[in-house]
Amino acid sequence: MAGYGRPVVGPVSLDVFPGEVVGLWGANGCGKSTLLNAIADRADLLAGRIVRMPGLVIAYQAQQPIRLASMPVTGRELLRFAGASLKDMPAALEAVSRQRIDRLSGGQYQLLCVWAAIAGRADLILLDEPTNNLDPERETLLTEMLTPSRLARRDMSGARALPDRGVLLVSHERRFLEETCSRMIEIA
Amino acid sequence: MSALDLFLDPLFRLPLITGMAIALVVPLIGALLLLRDEWLAALGLAHLAAASALLGLAVGLPAVLGAPLGALAGGAVKSLTEARGNLAYGFMILLGWSALFLIAANTSLGGTLGHALVDGQLYFAGALELIAALALAGLVAAALPRLVPRLLRARFFPHDETANRLPAHRWHLSFDLLSALAMAIGTATVGLMGAFALVLVPAWIAFRIAPGWTWTMAICALVGAGGYLLAYLAAMALDQPFGPVLVAVLITLAATVEAGQGLIGRIRLVRPRQVR
Repeated sequence: MAGYGRPVVGPVSLDVFPGEVVGLWGANGCGKSTLLNAIADRADLLAGRIVRMPGLVIAYQAQQPIRLASMPVTGRELLRFAGASLKDMPAALEAVSRQRIDRLSGGQYQLLCVWAAIAGRADLILLDEPTNNLDPERETLLTEMLTPSRLARRDMSGARALPDRGVLLVSHERRFLEETCSRMIEIA
Repeated sequence: MSALDLFLDPLFRLPLITGMAIALVVPLIGALLLLRDEWLAALGLAHLAAASALLGLAVGLPAVLGAPLGALAGGAVKSLTEARGNLAYGFMILLGWSALFLIAANTSLGGTLGHALVDGQLYFAGALELIAALALAGLVAAALPRLVPRLLRARFFPHDETANRLPAHRWHLSFDLLSALAMAIGTATVGLMGAFALVLVPAWIAFRIAPGWTWTMAICALVGAGGYLLAYLAAMALDQPFGPVLVAVLITLAATVEAGQGLIGRIRLVRPRQVR
């Protein structure tokens, strides 16, 4: 059970295994994001427990990426600072990766931040409403980015290993979850 | 004796090199402060440094040694109490300003030295100030390659620190202390407003025109060093106090960049019509 001082969501029991893309689905205000926040230590765990695999590294992408008025950082620099690989980057991102991130559209920046989470060294990737700011074309691209082959961890040479990372994502768009997730959990 | 002769005079070499070291590294700290939306930090820490320097002078401590005490204390308190943002620095400015002029009014040093700290006393920089400036430059050069990736990651992906239970306070505290030290040594040499201008203006210019972060850092250093050299020559040629001249030169550079950008923007707007 989790919340912010008082319970917002739960009781809930779920596991995310390596190689899985798990979707959290439910009505607005049911506590999907709060559950994600509890896993990321951003909400209070009021009862029960969250067990992390030893040494687990988490990447957390919030509903709205941080956008400053002036950000003199290119997409490539942002990925480098995030510890993310530039290999196998979708062509649409590659095309804008040398631009300053404050000159990208909301959708481009959203995708870049999701790629920073996916192409980093995280074992568990938490995505909160990743379809925000995305038009249908970019939503399709996001779905492709969440396929097992894209999620496969990359070593330093860029070679891919087997998918050994889990994704837990929250969305209010059921169709997107059905297309993307290997398993869906409804939060009542 | 012409300004150029003065510029090359061995008597002025120490101040010239001391100021150059400050002008190269303080703008780099400014870029990070601007990115963290904590640019007012510079003014808050500079006020604390000035008050602390004056208090140090009253008990016989050189300004370059006295200044860091107040600034480091301010940086540490701000970091440990997690008082992020410009509000904390607003209170620092008020506290530092009040202490600075109360100390000046109630010690034998009087207001003269207080104003010297505000205006900048670069031409009185000696070996001690030079050592402090070079030590600061070395510290910044050693620390920034480690700090910058962590600070930028923390800025753009702040939740990753919490989610991974990282000891983020280490790098935030390290940067706060580095900023405090830079402002203290800057204030004790180029003056309170001179040091603040070196933090704010080169970073502001770089944020307007740089195509990326690497260029941002390069432009910060170039504008800082170039503006400093121009101000140094102008202050000597016109026999003016260095601090206000430095601020005026940097603001002129900023205005030039802004005007240039406006012109480029207008040309871009007009060009498609010409093509048709």
